[in-house]
Amino acid sequence: MKPTRRPFPWVFLAKRVAYGALAILAIAVINFFLLKLAPGDAAEALAGQAGTADPEYIAQLRAQFGLDQPLHSQLWAFLVRLATLDLGYSYVFNERVSTLIFSRLPATLMLMVTAIVIAVTGGIVFGVTAARYVNRWPDRAISFVALLLYGTPPYWIGLMMILVFAVTLGWTPTSGMENVVAFNTGWSRVVDIAHHLILPALTQAVFYLAIYIRLVRAGMLEVLSLEFIRVARAKGISERRVSYHHALRNAVLPLVTIVGTNVGSFLGGAVLTETVFSWPGVGRLMFDAMFLRDLNLLLSILVLSSLFVIIANLIVDLLYAIINPTVELR
Amino acid sequence: MGRISSFLFVVARDWMMALGLLLLLSVVFMAATAQLFFPAPPDTMMGPPLQWPGQYPGAPLGTDGLGRNILAGLFYGARISLLVGFVSVTVAMVFGILVGAFAGYYGGWVDMILMRVTELFQTIPQFMLAIVVVAVLGPSIEVIILSLAIVSWPAIARLVRGEFLVLREKAYVQGCIVVGMSDMRIIFTQILPNAMSGVTVMSTIMIATAILMESALSFLGFGDPNVMSWGTMIGLGRNNLRDAWYIMTIPGIALLLTALALNLVGDGLNDYFNPRLRSQKGQ
Repeated sequence: MKPTRRPFPWVFLAKRVAYGALAILAIAVINFFLLKLAPGDAAEALAGQAGTADPEYIAQLRAQFGLDQPLHSQLWAFLVRLATLDLGYSYVFNERVSTLIFSRLPATLMLMVTAIVIAVTGGIVFGVTAARYVNRWPDRAISFVALLLYGTPPYWIGLMMILVFAVTLGWTPTSGMENVVAFNTGWSRVVDIAHHLILPALTQAVFYLAIYIRLVRAGMLEVLSLEFIRVARAKGISERRVSYHHALRNAVLPLVTIVGTNVGSFLGGAVLTETVFSWPGVGRLMFDAMFLRDLNLLLSILVLSSLFVIIANLIVDLLYAIINPTVELR
Repeated sequence: MGRISSFLFVVARDWMMALGLLLLLSVVFMAATAQLFFPAPPDTMMGPPLQWPGQYPGAPLGTDGLGRNILAGLFYGARISLLVGFVSVTVAMVFGILVGAFAGYYGGWVDMILMRVTELFQTIPQFMLAIVVVAVLGPSIEVIILSLAIVSWPAIARLVRGEFLVLREKAYVQGCIVVGMSDMRIIFTQILPNAMSGVTVMSTIMIATAILMESALSFLGFGDPNVMSWGTMIGLGRNNLRDAWYIMTIPGIALLLTALALNLVGDGLNDYFNPRLRSQKGQ
């Protein structure tokens, strides 16, 4: 029985986009009221956080936010500005908020994608190995390490790796994304950035590596006990091929969904990783915004990150349907 | 009585859970005796700065850059970690159970609305939301507990909803409806007790997550400035990464062991509640 090729799921896509738009609207409303919760009115808070108490500036901010207007029109104005990606101006960084965030996005994406690749690859390799040697020493060792990593604060692992690999052994740089004074171009720049990327990406990956190992191991154990695996073994197919070719395909499916749901926490974790390694991404920007008390920038990062999570989840759902044709998209 | 003894039997057989409980009890012991062993507040200078462990008799685990006793910091930090972890997860549990129970029991549009809101909170990056809540309401221990509860409740709500969806269809629940029991009574006295085992396991692991998140907030410097937390100690020790790495290493190990303990207990409770799943783990 050959599965028939399905048409592209437009209806599903449209529904999910509509839901995503609703979700982002709701998040924006939550944000609006969070800003309202801040002590004093937003203009005073923002001016105070920008380091001035200049009444003219506060009046200008009040007009900009329309704080003299009733609440619902304030909310409407806020939403309109958001829809046009006009997130305001950061007086702390002297830059438009949207420009600020988008200029930091590539660094974070690079860190996130590398970390996800490390976590997924490692999770599959170690998870499959543990399942193949279940209850023997490789399994016990891998499961124990996974249990330890699961409970270790990732930022602390980052610090310990800086201590060991950067400070003591001198193998990697301690922080930053590239050696700016070297003025590297072309390949040497790529190599330099990759060199800087190793420790932050590992730091960002360890926690998820622990989760994925446990997940792949459990999935493999379940699949390996099924009939078709016994048939494959009876046909004389090698153990390695049975594991990686026959079983893994079925065991790895839940992993795709989990990676999708983890995108948000990867972003949250980036705040810590990027702060520890002075990695110039959105996470580090969020730390600086918090440290310098730029509330508007902080909330803008939160809204855009949520938008990013929604888009990522949509992509994962579509991807899942491509890998597993039996899944029905509704 | 039978319950307690069977629980103790499981603990005795499962050495991992026994280890977890032992570690957890040590942390509770540290929290309870902090004031007894170290009457001075943990931020007072107790000796010369940057004394390595074993170097200065007054501070067996050494002193930090300001001459504060690291061992005292560990004892007082245990209080903060346990307080924040337990209280925030308790608040999250109450709210998550309410949302999940009503969504799962009533179904229909109640379920749809409640679950959409729950999913919404799961879409927002948790740690970022916690930071923003602290930014808006100010860094105090109460706000940190609130922010962690806000990011923790959706997972519990979804779990409880799932359990309620299944249990609602059981014959005994139908029986309760037939004899005219009120909805509230069915939800809280008939279904909820049967859904609690999963919630208990999950909350144990969520306490570990909450403790790690609190430490992360304090590490970044967004914690309550008036209390000594393990995350704060790591954050301060970062300045002495090259010359005195023990300052940030020791509280990190304390965090690791506490989270490990809670995860071991969670795994053990899971085996206790679902003994048939034990075989799947291959034990």
